[in-house]
This record gives sequence, C-alpha cells and structure tokens, in this order.
Amino acid sequence: MEQQVAKNVKTQVPQPNTRWVRAKKLIKKDWQLYSLLVIPILYFLIFKYGPMFGNIIAFRRFIPGGSILGEEWVGLYYFKMFLQDPTFYLVLKNTLVLALLLLVLTFPAPIIFALLLNEVKRKGFKRLVQTVSYLPHFFSMVVVAGMVMQVVAVNGPINNIVEMFTGERYAFIQLPEWFRTIFITSDLWQTTGWGAILYLAALTGINEELYEAARIDGANRWKQTLHITIPGILPTIVVLLILNIGNFLQVGFEKILLLYNPLTYETADVIATYVYRIGIQSASFSYGTAIGLFESIIGLILVFGANYMSRRITDNSLW
Amino acid sequence: MKESAQYKLFKVFNVVVLLLIVYFTLFPFLSIVAQSFSSEVYIKAGEVSLIPKGFNVETYKVIMSDSIFWINYKNTVVYTVVGTAISLVLSTLMAYPLAKKRLKGRNFLLMFVVFTMFFNGGLIPNYVLINKLGFGNTMWAIVIPTAISVFNLLIMKTFFENIPDELEEAAVMDGSNTFGILMKIVLPLSKPILATMTLFYAVTHWNSWFPAFLYFSDKELFPVSIYLRNLIKGAESSLTSGATSADNLNQISSNIKSVTMVLTVLPILCVYPYIQKYFVSGVMLGSVKG
Repeated sequence: MEQQVAKNVKTQVPQPNTRWVRAKKLIKKDWQLYSLLVIPILYFLIFKYGPMFGNIIAFRRFIPGGSILGEEWVGLYYFKMFLQDPTFYLVLKNTLVLALLLLVLTFPAPIIFALLLNEVKRKGFKRLVQTVSYLPHFFSMVVVAGMVMQVVAVNGPINNIVEMFTGERYAFIQLPEWFRTIFITSDLWQTTGWGAILYLAALTGINEELYEAARIDGANRWKQTLHITIPGILPTIVVLLILNIGNFLQVGFEKILLLYNPLTYETADVIATYVYRIGIQSASFSYGTAIGLFESIIGLILVFGANYMSRRITDNSLW
Repeated sequence: MKESAQYKLFKVFNVVVLLLIVYFTLFPFLSIVAQSFSSEVYIKAGEVSLIPKGFNVETYKVIMSDSIFWINYKNTVVYTVVGTAISLVLSTLMAYPLAKKRLKGRNFLLMFVVFTMFFNGGLIPNYVLINKLGFGNTMWAIVIPTAISVFNLLIMKTFFENIPDELEEAAVMDGSNTFGILMKIVLPLSKPILATMTLFYAVTHWNSWFPAFLYFSDKELFPVSIYLRNLIKGAESSLTSGATSADNLNQISSNIKSVTMVLTVLPILCVYPYIQKYFVSGVMLGSVKG
C-alpha cells in the first residue's frame, strides 16, 4: 500500500534523479506513517471525491436504480433546461438576497460583539455573557427551527407584543414578506456569540504595549480601537470572510428546509432547497445535480476570487 | 489612568447592550420551557411568555411514556457514540502523519483535504452514492459520510505539530514503531485535544438530523431529532396544505412540541457548563496557526 502512495508522489512532482532517490529513502523510512493514512485517504476518495466525480450525471441521463454514472451522454441538456426554468431565476434571486443579507448583517455582528466584550473588564460578567451567548450554537437545527416557530407563532410571545400595539396577531411563518426577517434574526441569535470566539482569541494576541504607547500619545479608547484593535484582528476578519464567501450560496439550507413552506416559497426557496425538491422529492436526479453543480462551481470561483483579491489588497490570504 | 466622561458613558451603554443580548439569547429557550409546563388552553390564548400558566407536567409524562420517543432517543445515543468513535479514530490516523513536516507529499495531501472544504459533490451525487453503497436505512449512512471534519482535522494537526520531536525520538531508540509511539507517547500527551475533539464530534452527531431525514424511512431507526422534526413540520405542513381531519398531526399542540424540544436539548444543557471551556480552548488552538 505504501508503494501506491510512493507512486502518487512520483507522478505529482517529477524531481531530478538524486532528489527522487532521497525521497524514496524518506518514504521507506516513513512507510508506517503512510500506512496510517490509508484508511482516511480512502475515506476522502470515496465520500468526498466520489460525489464530486458523481456530478458527471449532470451531463448524463440518470435513471434511479441504473448505473451510478448515468446511462447516456446528453451534454448540456440539463443546464439549458434550468436556464429556461423560471423557478431557477426565482431561487437564484432569493439565494443572492439572503446571502447578501447574511454577509452584511450576520458577518459583522460577531466582530462588533467581540469588540464590546473586549471593553468589559469584570471577568465574571464577561464570562456570563460569553457562556450564554455560545449556547444557541449547541442546539440542533431542528430545535432552533422549533423555537423560532414557537416564538413567532400566532399565539406566541412575539405576537403577544404585536397585539398590544396593533390589536392583531399575524401568522408570520406563513407570510413571505416576513421570511427574510425571521431567517436573519434567528441566524444572528444562533451564530453571533460563538462566532465571536475567534475574534476574542485574536484580541488577546494584541500587544499591550501598543495601547500603552497610544495612551501616551493621547489617543482615547475609540482612537485606540480604530488604530490598534481593528488592525490587530484584521487578519482573522479576512480569513473568516474568505471562508464565508466560500459558503456564500449555501445560506443555511438546513434551516430553510425546516422553516419554509409552500406559502413562503416566493422568498424562502433557495437553490439548495430547490435542488432538494427537484432531485430527491421529484427524483429528477440529473436535473437536480446540474443545478447543484452550478452552485458549487460559483462557490469555488468565489473562494478563489476572494482569496486573490484579499492577497492583493490586504496581504492576508488563506493560501 | 483617567477615563473620559464619554468612555464612562460608553461603559454603561455597553453593559446595558450586553445584558440585552443575554436576555434575548435566553428568551426563546425560556419561553419554550414555560410553554412545556403550561396548559395548552393558556398557550392557545397567547398568555404564556416566560412564566408557565396552568402548571402541567402531564405532557412530560405522556411523551416519556411514548415508546417510539425512547427508541429514537436511544438511537441518537448510539449514533452519537459510534459516530464519535469513528470520527476520532479516522481524524487521529490522518492528523498525526500530516503533522510531520518531513513527510513527503504532505503539502499535496493537505491540499487534497482542504479542497473538500471549498468544493463538495453536492446533495444528489452524495445521495446516489450512499444509496448505491447500500447504506440506506442503516446507521452507516449517518455516521460514515461525515466522519472527518476538515476543520477539526486541522485543529488536531496543529496540536500534534506542537509535541516536541525529542519525546518521540527517545521512543524510537527503545525500538517502538510508529503506531506504538502514537499510542504510548503521543495520545497520552494529547488528552486536551482528544477531549475537545470528542466534544466537537459528539455535539455534531447529537444534533445531526438531515442525513437521517434523507436516508431513513424506518421509524424505528430515527434519531430523536427526526421525531421532533416530524412533530414540528407535520403539524405545520398539514396546516398549510389544508389537510383534512384524517391527518391528526395538526392536533399537535405547542405544549407537546415544547416538551419534546426541552427533552432533546436537556443532555446538552446538563453538560454544557462543564464542557464549554474545552470548546473554546479547542477553537483557540485551531486559530493559533489557522
């Protein structure tokens, strides 16, 4: 088995002879390490790269129960199909709107939260706020969705307040114009606290002397935040932003699947949920795969694009 | 150090904002707890917010005597234990060699792994593969495909990198092989990271619902998250599609749903105060070198 890995290395980096000999020696010495890797690599090949290869059914007609790689080539048939599908444009629009809202609202929230926490000097209070704010991260998405539904329910606590002011109760979960608000608010609730951890870690790494120097120069706390704190956590912000952009189009698919219903499809239906309904519920595997592949490729382009831009502009990048 | 009046004002404002955040974070949860102990009449009337009204523990008794609930609950425990064990073994086997900088092909392997973070096969190819492998309606469908989390793997790798090589070299002198070193030297030194990884994976498996939803049709195999999901969605979809009374699912009360939610998150809540610090330290570890 270790020979297989050795072969990989050889084809991957063609090296001058002497270096290859040295490499061979190293591999011989470390064959035990390579043998540990065999099962995990197989895992990645089958369960991560296998489905990537399985995307070939976007170009081939797939029959449930037939070959895993489809029956016959149909070229771009399924891609043309979704370009003519009005629902595709609706879900694309909904995906982009939700993704932008997430980027503008839920991405900065943990940064602001971490900065606020950073100003708290009392350890006990800080720990209390942190402990509570991390909690929703540990709830199952099903529980989160259940809580959201109960809270916004016609007889729920939000409607109790709404009724006081308007005298009426609303079935928010069935109103398309409220879906985005519910989705984003619940996302803020669930992710802000936990999302702040990495920023808090970065904040502890900032050199105290910088603040000292700034104070001597007469900079107030706000100026210090602007000129020391924020630049100090900028690398973290950039890395997380790139990772975020990579998942830009995925927009919390599991939560939408739990929260939406035919009455709110108009604003709630996104690419991923559409793929689910087309592919799994209606068993149009090839068509669903084509749409899914489109989404994945856009995601990949976004990551590389964001990484490239960030390397050019801020000198920070993932790779 | 003198603070300006402005900064003092800000500090007060800050405490108020943070207290509000604490309140709103806890609110949905407390409201569910209140509803779970209330009588349905008062919930229907919209009279329950944070304090139970018409105190009632009957629903707890009813749910807890539902055999399917317990079967599903037991399934969740089994899937969590088995899934976490598999995840830990596979992640360790991979993270340890990858932590060795001298390993030839290491960079290629890292790329091979990290690439899957940014590009995945997508829902349907995964679905086709899992069913083709015969994993449908078996535990493997939910514990194997998500066994390694690349993020956790990288955290583990960073930890292993920081174990001094000298310790291992001494063992090599004593004639231990790589596997022996891993078991006898590296893992005992890695208890903190193993604890963190166990918790990360266990919470993920405990909370997982979508794979079970996709691959299971047999009620007896469901994890408790699907039991809850069916309560929530069943009630709601029969409502919106105007289903007739034949579908008794829309009778499911807020009270029952609340009770099930409380019972589902209870184990997490019980251990949460003790394990929270491991999670935080785990994320910190990973962020050191990212």
